[in-house]
Order: sequence, then structure tokens, then C-alpha cells
Amino acid sequence: MARGNRSTPEINSGSMADIAFLLLIFFLVTTTIASDKGVSLRLPPKADPNAPQDEIKKNDRNIFKVLVNSSDRVLVNGEPLTDLDQIRPMVKDFVMNYGRDPKMSDNPKEAVVSFKADRGTSYATYIGILDNLKGAYNEIYAANVGITLDRYLSLDRKKPAEKKMYEDSRIGPDGEKIPMNISIAEPTKTGGN
Amino acid sequence: MSKFKKKSKASQDIPTSALPDIIFMLLFFFMTTTTMRTDDIKVQQRFPQASQLSKIEKKSLVSYIYVGAPKETDRFGTEPVIQINDVFAEPEDLILYVAKEKDKLPDYERDQINMAMKVDKEAKMGIVTDVQEALKEANALKVLYTSLQKTDKMP
Repeated sequence: MARGNRSTPEINSGSMADIAFLLLIFFLVTTTIASDKGVSLRLPPKADPNAPQDEIKKNDRNIFKVLVNSSDRVLVNGEPLTDLDQIRPMVKDFVMNYGRDPKMSDNPKEAVVSFKADRGTSYATYIGILDNLKGAYNEIYAANVGITLDRYLSLDRKKPAEKKMYEDSRIGPDGEKIPMNISIAEPTKTGGN
Repeated sequence: MSKFKKKSKASQDIPTSALPDIIFMLLFFFMTTTTMRTDDIKVQQRFPQASQLSKIEKKSLVSYIYVGAPKETDRFGTEPVIQINDVFAEPEDLILYVAKEKDKLPDYERDQINMAMKVDKEAKMGIVTDVQEALKEANALKVLYTSLQKTDKMP
């Protein structure tokens, strides 16, 4: 078979560098995506023991109370709730009420969502509820600029246009800012550790 | 047949000019992955799922606190514990830890320190609250509960 030896098998290596760079870029991209993501929250500052405890002058209608006990049962404004996803539309209605319903908030600036867990509450439930509370606010923000929630969450604040959109989303229909007033109360100590 | 004879002159070596590229690629890959994980995690880490996630904007501002049941249950028990750096800690130790982490940052960024709480989903709120109270004491108020992207509605 002399004829077979004549054609030398050669691997085309001209595109090797391209493949190498492709792999490099692939790994770079995937490793940054796998970086930490999570539910962000700002804790309330430590109360100053010397400062006089000023009377809380919040109208009852402006507080949306979420309570969770040590067996993960949820109370929303005094009513038991089983489906956690129901909280989201409730918070939205509560915040965007603008004084229409006398049981709900005067305006978004005054509205506070108070979330109190027990020491025995499971962390998964805590995050589940916190996620829904944040989700309600994010849905309001997304609606303010007329984009979907998914689009809102993927806004990149490093880009000027998207940063502007992000800032615009905080402005409500009446031109006032809508702050995210989620207050984490100190838990009660009835449950176990 | 003379036309085909020309072809056989081609050399049979594998060209090695792309080898440095491959080596560099591997180097970069390992460089990026090894810097990610600095702590040897001794507690269980199964994160809860959430949908409203935010990314960490600046990695240098982030310090980690791990909470979960110890992996070596026969030595350390099954109760969730706090781990900072490579050791188990009590909530009081966090104040010193936050102060040290703040010292690593330049002055103008110290208030922006972000504490990433990597809490196992089986943990109870009691220990998480202890951590949060310590963080309030240390004036590190920005926290991030590390969680996974929710893929579908869980029953």
C-alpha cells in the first residue's frame, strides 16, 4: 500500500489558538457567574441606650405586619396565611394604596413592612418571606418604568442608561420616591435555638 | 502521478506554536478559580432558594460568615455553629472580626463593608439573629443572605 503512505495525516492547528481562547473566555465567564448572589438587606442601626425612647407615632394603617412563629406559621396583619406567595400582591396593594382603602397605607413613603421572626423559625422560611417582600417592592419598581420584573432584576448599574432607569424606577406615579421600608424586628425568644 | 509526489514532502511534526497559549490558558484558569475559595469550610452549606437576588458589586468589600451544622458531627455535634475564617466562633467574636475586616479597607470604603451570610437552610433564626445583633454592634449593617436562584416554584 504505497499509495496510503503518501498522504500525510496532519491536524489542522491553525485554529488551535482560537479554540484555546474560546475555552479561556468560556471559563472566565462561567466562574464569574457562579460568584455570590443573594438577598441583600440593610439592618437597622443599633439603638442607642442613652437616647430617650421616642414614642413611635406611626399610624397603625401604615404598618404591614408579618409574624412568623417557631413552627413556621405565618400571620399577616393578624390573619393566618399558608401560601407564602400570597404575601407579594398583598404588599403591593398595601404600599400602592395612596389612602384609598382606609385599612392600608397613606402613601408609599409612610408605609412600613414589619417582619418579625421567632428564634425557632427556620432560615428557609425567613428567606422565603424576605424574598417575597423584596419581590413585591421590585415589582412596584419595575412597573414604574414599565419593564418586566426579570428585566428589572438584570439591570446593570454600571451602564449609564440602565442606571438611570434604575433610579427612575424609584419614583412613584405621584412623583414621590418609594423607599423600600422593610423593617426586621428583633425576634421573640419563645422558640428553641 | 508526479502531481501527488509533491504532497508527501510535508513535514509530520505536530506544530507546537500554540502550546504557550494553552499553557497560559490553563494558568489563567487556575489563577481565577483558586482565588475564589480561601476558607476551608467546615460547616454544611446548602443555601435556600430565592428569586430577588442581587449581585455583589465589589468583591473587596465583602466578608464572609458561615453558619450551619458542622460537617464532622461526631466531633462538633449537630447544632449549627458560626465559622469565620477557618475557625468556629461565638457571636461575640464577630465584632472583632468585623473590625479587622474594616481595617483592611481604605478609609472611604469602611462604611460600605458588606457581610455575606452563608447560612445553611436547616439553621434556625436564633443563631442568625445572634449574628445580626453582633453585626449591628459592630456597625456593619449591609448584609447579603447568600442564596441560589429559584428555578421553579417549589411545592
